[in-house]
Amino acid sequence: MALVSAALKQGQITPTELCQKCLSLIKKTKFLNAYITVSEEVALKQAEESEKRYKQGHSLGDLDGIPVAVKDNFSTAGIETTCASNMLKGYVPPYNATVVQKLLDQGALLMGKTNLDEFAMGCLASLLRLRSGSTDGVFGPVKNPWSYSKQYREKKKQKSHDENEDSNWLITGGSSGGSAAAVSAFTCFAALGSDTGGSTRNPAAHCGLVGLKPSYGLVSRHGLIPLVNSMDVPGILTRCVDDAAIVLGVLAGHDPKDSTTIQDPVKPFMLSSLTDVSKLCVGIPKEYLTPELSSEIRSLWSKAANLFESEGAKVIEVSLPHTSYSIVCYHVLCTSEVASNMARFDGLEYGHRCDIDVSTEAMYAATRREGFNDVILEVLLNTLFKPFTVIVVNYENYFVKAQKVRRLIANDFVNVFNSGVDVLLTPTTLSEAVPYTEFIKEDNRTRSAQDDIFTQAVNMAGLPAVSVPTALSHQGLPIGLQFIGRAFCDQQLLTVAKWFEKQVQFPVIQIQELMDNCSSVFENEKLASVTLKQ
Amino acid sequence: MAAPMLRWCCPVRRWALACIDGGSRYGRGAATGCTSSGKRGQSSVAQQPRITAQKPRKGEHEWAAVVGLEIHAQISSNSKLFSGSQVHFTAPPNSLVSFFDASLPGTLPVLNRRCVEAAVMTGLALNCRINKKSLFDRKHYFYADLPAGYQITQQRLPIAVNGSMVYGVCVGKKRSQVINKTVRVKQIQLEQDSGKSLHDDLRSQTLIDLNRAGVGLLEVVLEPDMSCGEEAATAVRELQLILQALGTSQANMAEGQLRVDANISVHHPGEPLGIRTEVKNLNSARFLAKAIDYEIQRQINELENGGEILNETRSFDYKLGCTVPMRDKEGKQDYRFMPEPNLPPLLLYDAESLPTAADLQQVINIDQIREQLPELPSVTREKLVQRYGMLPEHSFALLNEVGLLEFFQNVIKETRAEPKKVTSWVLNTFLGFLKQQNLAVSESPVTPSALAELLNLLDRKAISSSAAKQVFEELWRSKGKTPAQIVSEKKLELMQDQEALEQLCHAVMEGHPQVVTDVKKGNPRAINKLIGLVRKATLSRADPTVIKEILEKKLSSGDVSGPSARGRTVQP
Repeated sequence: MALVSAALKQGQITPTELCQKCLSLIKKTKFLNAYITVSEEVALKQAEESEKRYKQGHSLGDLDGIPVAVKDNFSTAGIETTCASNMLKGYVPPYNATVVQKLLDQGALLMGKTNLDEFAMGCLASLLRLRSGSTDGVFGPVKNPWSYSKQYREKKKQKSHDENEDSNWLITGGSSGGSAAAVSAFTCFAALGSDTGGSTRNPAAHCGLVGLKPSYGLVSRHGLIPLVNSMDVPGILTRCVDDAAIVLGVLAGHDPKDSTTIQDPVKPFMLSSLTDVSKLCVGIPKEYLTPELSSEIRSLWSKAANLFESEGAKVIEVSLPHTSYSIVCYHVLCTSEVASNMARFDGLEYGHRCDIDVSTEAMYAATRREGFNDVILEVLLNTLFKPFTVIVVNYENYFVKAQKVRRLIANDFVNVFNSGVDVLLTPTTLSEAVPYTEFIKEDNRTRSAQDDIFTQAVNMAGLPAVSVPTALSHQGLPIGLQFIGRAFCDQQLLTVAKWFEKQVQFPVIQIQELMDNCSSVFENEKLASVTLKQ
Repeated sequence: MAAPMLRWCCPVRRWALACIDGGSRYGRGAATGCTSSGKRGQSSVAQQPRITAQKPRKGEHEWAAVVGLEIHAQISSNSKLFSGSQVHFTAPPNSLVSFFDASLPGTLPVLNRRCVEAAVMTGLALNCRINKKSLFDRKHYFYADLPAGYQITQQRLPIAVNGSMVYGVCVGKKRSQVINKTVRVKQIQLEQDSGKSLHDDLRSQTLIDLNRAGVGLLEVVLEPDMSCGEEAATAVRELQLILQALGTSQANMAEGQLRVDANISVHHPGEPLGIRTEVKNLNSARFLAKAIDYEIQRQINELENGGEILNETRSFDYKLGCTVPMRDKEGKQDYRFMPEPNLPPLLLYDAESLPTAADLQQVINIDQIREQLPELPSVTREKLVQRYGMLPEHSFALLNEVGLLEFFQNVIKETRAEPKKVTSWVLNTFLGFLKQQNLAVSESPVTPSALAELLNLLDRKAISSSAAKQVFEELWRSKGKTPAQIVSEKKLELMQDQEALEQLCHAVMEGHPQVVTDVKKGNPRAINKLIGLVRKATLSRADPTVIKEILEKKLSSGDVSGPSARGRTVQP
């Protein structure tokens, strides 16, 4: 992004050219299903204005003229915002989310709205034994661009001769899978995701991107359609740490429209290049060494630890003793908040409304049945609509207990950081991306739920975390490692991530020729998606 | 829902029918006359005339009623509790609705400082402990006028707790004595108002107006320390006065700015409290006491007839004058309270805890608000009693009518008349006229200065008090005239001519020798008759005390005597 920004400034490329290039890439990679809405006209108009600014010599900053994409659960004025749900199909918000507005104010070009699991519920879906991983929205699943990368294909050919290789594409992980695919396939330079339990970091790891979840309260949630208010954070997906820092610098700060954002002024983000890590203390949480972790990621994790140690950093084993309670706790908190947030989707004020007009109650029921997917309906059935006899007694019980556990989990982190640890180093995911056909076969509850183990506790504690692409697996697929920082020490976290990024030299995805030659893919994909929608 | 609806509606109808067919329409076959007492155990409350419960028979326990109140007062503020939309009662439907009020996804609540200050101020006025940290919660229920599907309220940790309020209840035969009662204030919480649903039964449509959605409310919870409708109504009236004095709510019941729910139960004294019912939406001062008393009576009747009280929600039917069970949203349900995740805890400070580097726009100082508290009605009344030697009940009466106190004070300022006289004129004559014509003080045709001038005339003894009444009536009728003008036009000034008056007295005594004899025989009332006759002769323009003096002088001097004077009548 720094390069293209410089090129824009020097006039080597104009914003309009850049925009058109990205638009054509979006068209070429349509089969990835990364975008729900492509805002071509808006983007071109923005590019035109940006071009004027560059010509007059006063561009707005690093993001002026840079194509970005936004997950379809951020409100965008005048552009349909669906949350990948029938419930909100046709809903055109009258206002911009604060983060969207901030990007636009900096001259960024909005290429479109990216695909996701319905209401970004990727992680929750897995808890309920249902499909997810950005495969679960009403607009169909997102395909991982690495499925079509030279790196992956070549390794695959060596191993087997899969006759049906085109339909055997990989998932992106969820729920910001569309945003990850959009950045990974070069259709934009940065994308907004949201992160409730790992929804930005997980797809970032699977798609070889930097995925940043800022501290809770650093970035405004105003206009982000909530899943779990107390854990949701706008996430940032980019191809390098510097880009993430630039975007965070634009987004961070108090928003009068979001009372949970910090009051203190945020200093501009300037990432210095760390040359010396000898004063750094890196913690390795021992509870994160689970049997489900793939051996490949485990060895990469220890290699990374060794790297820090060899460069002079202090690397110590630390304990986060309440980690194992995190899944249950997350489940309880999620279902209650989700149910509460879904209560507004009654079809009266906006979005889908069913035709039944026998009574308001009947209309509500039918609207929800038609508007929501199974995951949400199950959540709602379990909470909102259950007769008040048994479950309610337990409801408050559960909720209060879950909140206590949440505090314990947060305290684990506080204790570790108080003991002198600067950042924690952990895996992001249990394994690399898996093929969709395998993914839907599996009973994903345990697997996917476990998959969040490295990411979800961070949301409960409100800490900043970033997934950095580290290496390719034997299969030629990206593996990411996660750094977790102290609350509101996002800059320090990114500085460490930047140093690490520089050491590991993660390779660039090679999909150019495939995209140029993807007509055959198109044909097959269409077939595949038709069957998958059943 | 249909079943309970039917079951509980029946008694109402039966009450109406009771006098016609003795309630047998739904009875158990006995179609003749009133139900016998032998059947009492099984017959329903409706078949018993109400009177039986009001006068418990000997040997039966007495009943005690317990009434607690939840009062919702709309906060008087320019904008809503969590959004920037304006607050206006008369705005066109749905013209004051922000994205947040319509619960557009992604919108977040931002707390209105003014509403917090109003809550703190009200809490201080009601002797509450102000919580330096309070929390917001979501209360879930589905109703079309609640667009988010939940209401933001303060269930766990409200902004103010543990207060008390003193109110005066009139007792005694003439209800002229005031005794003070105290009701504990359990808590005051900030919460959002809902929108309004308008049901169009003809077209079976429901129309929603979200103008009110999100307006700030103070929910004031009064502990069950009251025992009848009148006490409850008086307590509500006192709260209304306090809110109005503070300016935290206009508390106008007719505009829905003050809405009351009552929790009511009955029990035998010394025994545990009974099961309570909640009567919702008592939105008129007139019906508040009626509804509560009705419900108390209904419960007593129900229990005396062997029935049981259900823990249910009822509403008051203004037309039928009775409470009926509600079937909709407010039925028994679980609100699934959970913390509002979009609002951090509300922190308040006092002079001591105020952070030194605090942005004064962002913090609220309880002590500062305490200093700004205006005079409360109880203090105002006390001052009136002390300063003007007025009876406590008169001080209550002066405050209870909007604007009356100000009127009184303006009269006092401009007149030399005794405060007691002013009080009597304002509370009896003036208020009486207002009430008769159903006018507010502000609509009165008589200004404070006019009344003051009239009282001055009276005080100077320029007119008699009965003439003063005449002048007042005239003032009321013909706006713009001064009392002096009326007095001279109608020739109402007192006869100052002592000699003429003496002559008149003489003439009357001569003309009524029998009465004079009665006086002399020692009948003390007889002299009043003479006074009356003289006054009549003067067209009520003479001061009765002066007349009395003259008469007494003449009677003792034997000025007129015996039947010799008979036949000499005076035509005045």
